[in-house]
Amino acid sequence: MSAAERSNNVQDLEQFRLEVRDWLQDNCPESQRQPITPEEQYYGGRDSSFPSDDARIWFERMRDKGWICPEWPSEYGGGGLSPQQGKVIKEEMKAIRARAPLYGHGIWMLGPAMLEFGNEAQKQEHIRDILNGTIRWAQGYSEPGSGSDLASLQCKAEDKGDYYLVNGSKTWTTSADKADRIFCLVRTDPDAKKQEGISFLLIDMDDPGISTTPIELISGESEFCQTFFDDVKVPKKNLVGELNKGWSVAKALLVHERKLMSELGSDSPREIVVPNQAARQYLDFEDGKISDHELRSKLVEYDMEMHAIGLTHFRTFEEKIAGVRSAAPLIMKYAGTEAEKQKSELLLAIMGSQGLGWEGEGFNRAELDTLRLWAMSYAMTIAGGTSEVQLNLIAKNVLELPQG
Amino acid sequence: MTLVLNEEQRLLQDTAREFLQSSAPVTALRALRDNKSETGYDNALWQQMTELGWASIILPEQYGGLDFGFLGLGVLMEEAGRTLSASPLFASAVVGASAILIGGSESQKETLLPAIAAGELTLALGLEESSRHKPTLIATTAEAREDGFVINGRKTFVLDGHSADQLLVATRSEGEGNTPKGISLFLVPRQAEGVTVQRTIMADSRNAANISFDNVSVDRHALVGDLGYGWHVLEPVLDRGRVALAAEMMGIALECFERTVAYLKYREQFGALIGSFQALQHRAAYMQTQLELARSVILQALSSVDESPEQLPLLASLAKARLNDLVQLVTNEAVQMHGGIGVTDELEIGLFLKRARVAMQIFGDTGFHKDRYATLCGY
Repeated sequence: MSAAERSNNVQDLEQFRLEVRDWLQDNCPESQRQPITPEEQYYGGRDSSFPSDDARIWFERMRDKGWICPEWPSEYGGGGLSPQQGKVIKEEMKAIRARAPLYGHGIWMLGPAMLEFGNEAQKQEHIRDILNGTIRWAQGYSEPGSGSDLASLQCKAEDKGDYYLVNGSKTWTTSADKADRIFCLVRTDPDAKKQEGISFLLIDMDDPGISTTPIELISGESEFCQTFFDDVKVPKKNLVGELNKGWSVAKALLVHERKLMSELGSDSPREIVVPNQAARQYLDFEDGKISDHELRSKLVEYDMEMHAIGLTHFRTFEEKIAGVRSAAPLIMKYAGTEAEKQKSELLLAIMGSQGLGWEGEGFNRAELDTLRLWAMSYAMTIAGGTSEVQLNLIAKNVLELPQG
Repeated sequence: MTLVLNEEQRLLQDTAREFLQSSAPVTALRALRDNKSETGYDNALWQQMTELGWASIILPEQYGGLDFGFLGLGVLMEEAGRTLSASPLFASAVVGASAILIGGSESQKETLLPAIAAGELTLALGLEESSRHKPTLIATTAEAREDGFVINGRKTFVLDGHSADQLLVATRSEGEGNTPKGISLFLVPRQAEGVTVQRTIMADSRNAANISFDNVSVDRHALVGDLGYGWHVLEPVLDRGRVALAAEMMGIALECFERTVAYLKYREQFGALIGSFQALQHRAAYMQTQLELARSVILQALSSVDESPEQLPLLASLAKARLNDLVQLVTNEAVQMHGGIGVTDELEIGLFLKRARVAMQIFGDTGFHKDRYATLCGY
């Protein structure tokens, strides 16, 4: 690309940015520019209702504009825009603190994986439903006993001619009790080597033989479930990718999940308190400096870490545009989720006993949320492959160290 | 923001690596150490570097410079870090040249910068007066006389101070104690009457010197920047130095890390390659994450020098603090993972370890930069 072409592109992007800014200014309701709470997140689905009229208006406008997923192809209802344009929209939304109009595993994970591995009929059938919020998806990878060793999964799907017969159970099935469908990794060849006999199936939660129970966490929440499959018949058209080749779909999906988790810090739903601001509220200052040296030191370490992670996010984007490969994307899940945990610990330390309230009087909303988020932060370094698994992956795929 | 090198910069990187690997490998530093070299660097090598344009890499074309910017310089510093190549690149072409560029009068720029670019003149910064980096704690005095100034005081840890042609000396022309106000910068020829240079032998086999100034007279043209406002020059100069040094530390860390990973794939113990042990894999993978984060920080800090100097103080402190920690982590792990051979003088890892410790102190350790970063963030 010549320098002139590049500057043209930059000019086009700046023009696009102004248009996005104007459109958002005109179309994003004021109430949708506040920090969001979990109850206000819209996940869509057959039985869904909007948390408010403004949330509905905001969702419909973004849907009609094609900006729910601006980079998805327009023939399936996406925006058909470039990654640079998608990034501009993201940045401009962030600048006015606009909420995401739709949440869920459909737009985060299944959609991208299906665009890569699905056949034409599957894309036609599912992508638009995801973008229109009419179908809510859950994910089914882990099993009781399999943990991060995903390839050891046992939930099986037998070929019965017209359909697959599924038996087994899945755990950590996020929001399975509220979802319409679930995408699952199942064992289709019990005799093949671990990764080679796995397939990727789409299953309707209304099918006979499926039951689901929530799992209560130390945070008091239960967004995860365990799901049981008892002689569930799944039509063959619901196989995504090739039979016994589901591992490649799963890997691509995990990349999306890890990327998402590494970015959580930048737009987590309860992002009300940040350590730097909390310090001003809860700590003593002397000559403009936090007088508690230990906390000041921990705060600056956290801020530097987030600064470095933020720059690395930006670098991975720039490298993608420039077609440069580096190891940066592969370290982000580890670094991002560890930093989230660091943040939660830091916030508790800054708030002191005010950060330890479980419920009720004597604590404000932000304080109670901080504690719940702290308890949730432990899941971050476990879900989507533990931090230790991430380090194994770096050792294997980046450093190419010998496998024992 | 520019976080990816362009083609020109990548080409520079290839050329620099090739040149340094063949002309100034780590064995060259070892030879300088063992032969107790007078200057502490190989002058013939420095002349070759200046012919390649390295001494003028950051200078504008009007002063005979290559105008390659700080990202270009960063590439050179990083490659020099990989081979531990000793040269006046940092002291003279980065710190000295930046001081003249930022604070010099037009006539100072016109006479000094082309000479630096051509390798005919080297500078060194006399700043520190204690064993820690305290850039505003200056007791060295500059008293005004009829047609100039008289300088009295003592400087320590002056990098390349015993070989530089001219010393850039931070003095106090008014006030006292630890404050930026009243600091003035002067150029003093190293051979001037009253200047006593004592070379020190440091752990990294590079040059530093203790220098005393005993009634040293300079004329008023020796002043760089405005009288009493030297801090306006000194602070951005130090930040540029910090960023350049961080790039060198990136090279040290990368080289040490790559050598160590290669060793993990080669060394057998207990009947297995030690790189197959999960305990070591996790430590190596953790270093990889830190290297990636450091890479982004370095690129952003280097590009801010030219693109957004208002962000330089924050980014320079971020870069120096993070790279100090990184280079400490990686050099320590490199020695440990090499086992017994890691503590021998024969293995080059030890030379990286020692250079890392010196680089960590230059222009501020981690504590200094954490404090500065926090202060800039308002807490």
